[in-house]
Amino acid sequence: MAMLELQNVDTFYGPSQVLRQVSLSVEQGEIVTLLGANAAGKTTTMKTIFGLVKPRNGTIVYDGERIDHLPTDQIIKRGLVLVPEARRVFSRMTVRENLDMGAYMQTDRATIAKEIERVYTLFPRLKERDKQLAGTLSGGEQQMLAIGRALVARPRMICMDEPSLGLSPILVQLVFDTIQEIRKSGVTVFLVEQNANMALNIADRGYVLQTGKIILSDKASALITNDVVRAAYLGG
Amino acid sequence: MHILAASSFDTGLFFQQIENGITLGAIYALVALGYTMVYGIIELINFAHGDVFMWSTIVTLSVAQALHIDHVLGGFALVGTLLLLLIVGILTSGGLNVLIERVAYRPLRRAPRLIPLISAIGVSFILENVAQLWKTANVIAYPVFFPTNAITIGSLTITYLDIFIFVLAVALMVGLNVFTNRTKMGRAMRATAQDPEAAALMGVNINQTISLTFLIGGALAGAAGVVYSMYASSVYFLSGFQLGLIAFTAAVLGGIGNIQGAVLGGFLIGIIEALATQYVPNGLAWSQGVAFAILILILIFRPSGLLGQQVPDKV
Repeated sequence: MAMLELQNVDTFYGPSQVLRQVSLSVEQGEIVTLLGANAAGKTTTMKTIFGLVKPRNGTIVYDGERIDHLPTDQIIKRGLVLVPEARRVFSRMTVRENLDMGAYMQTDRATIAKEIERVYTLFPRLKERDKQLAGTLSGGEQQMLAIGRALVARPRMICMDEPSLGLSPILVQLVFDTIQEIRKSGVTVFLVEQNANMALNIADRGYVLQTGKIILSDKASALITNDVVRAAYLGG
Repeated sequence: MHILAASSFDTGLFFQQIENGITLGAIYALVALGYTMVYGIIELINFAHGDVFMWSTIVTLSVAQALHIDHVLGGFALVGTLLLLLIVGILTSGGLNVLIERVAYRPLRRAPRLIPLISAIGVSFILENVAQLWKTANVIAYPVFFPTNAITIGSLTITYLDIFIFVLAVALMVGLNVFTNRTKMGRAMRATAQDPEAAALMGVNINQTISLTFLIGGALAGAAGVVYSMYASSVYFLSGFQLGLIAFTAAVLGGIGNIQGAVLGGFLIGIIEALATQYVPNGLAWSQGVAFAILILILIFRPSGLLGQQVPDKV
């Protein structure tokens, strides 16, 4: 049974349709990537999964349960979390407070402390800046914080919306290494990316979204050599 | 400083007005907090907030009348009466504010920003008209039950009531500060104020958090309503309109959305108003005009207020 499954999802912003009959699935333990150009509907797909926009038609099932009518906080409670586009850290809060917000669903203080310590081990930069306001961090540090904030929620599945956007090549590498670490720890990963090359290198499978429709889906190794993908997303 | 240079300057009078201003400012600050917290979280000027404050004054008046409180109390009777009126005032305004959000603002949350503002003005009218129907359009005396004693330091007179108001206001502000900065719910409230969508993605229930904000803002106005009635020893169905506008000015002066700013703005406006009463010719008539002149000046020269606005991040 799939961990996450979208079936024939239509999403609208007012009168304009952004997602058209989107169907995709992510199996437990996989890294699945969703590729697509700007404005193809990648972020809308994420927002629809998390109830930030409601789909007009179709179903979304997570862990055997329909979640398309649930409010966002109820979806998070089920162990499905999002690292949103543009990081969205709480700029007027400290690094530590951001991580505490990530652990909002956790009630056991000892577990929270342990999870935060784990994030600090993963990203020592964050520990150095523990008491600094998140708004004063560099873009790369904010991305680490956004990922760390999602990890302290102890997710069973993590969705990431363009985590490499605007980062230096070294940081991009760090982000993709981290994603592989996350999968190794048993967490399922659904990754939206513009950096198709990097994404397909670590993913098991991939989907290609074009103007709101899934036009291709295959094993990542097959997509890398696919002519359409090479022409459109891998620079020929 | 030119004031100090005046030849016949009476420093005693000056400090007395500062003292009056601090007492008034403490009340303004409590009401300003409600404006600023609500604006900080949903970017709405809750025009009904002043009337939410007024409802605390009329409901607690009815309670005091029902209990035949009509003379100065002492000891347990005083403490018990204060506690009872404060609890009633806090529950009235806190509950009313939560109800207003639920009925008049929440259904409009995704509407253009002008729409909930009009709804707020409508709620304000309703609250005033119902209060007028119930309590008439007359100024009604609020029973004087608090000891009217005062301490004097030189020529400065500080009444026990002034001290009580100041201590209560500061205690509530410290409590609010501890809540927002040290508790999980307070942190969720600040997160929601910065980015509601991101807060929801942490698992925060946004509707509940917004209700909590209205509850706290209303509760502070409720406490202010009780002490203001004691201070003015009268109640009037339009009192919230005037006081609300002044408290709103205080919130803008400090920086809308900024909790520390509302406190600073409240005390500053209180002190400026008291000094204007003393030093502007025919000052009593001008004291509120001065408050609004300040509002206009801030909006022109420093629209983000003294300590800076704190509004949701734009994504």
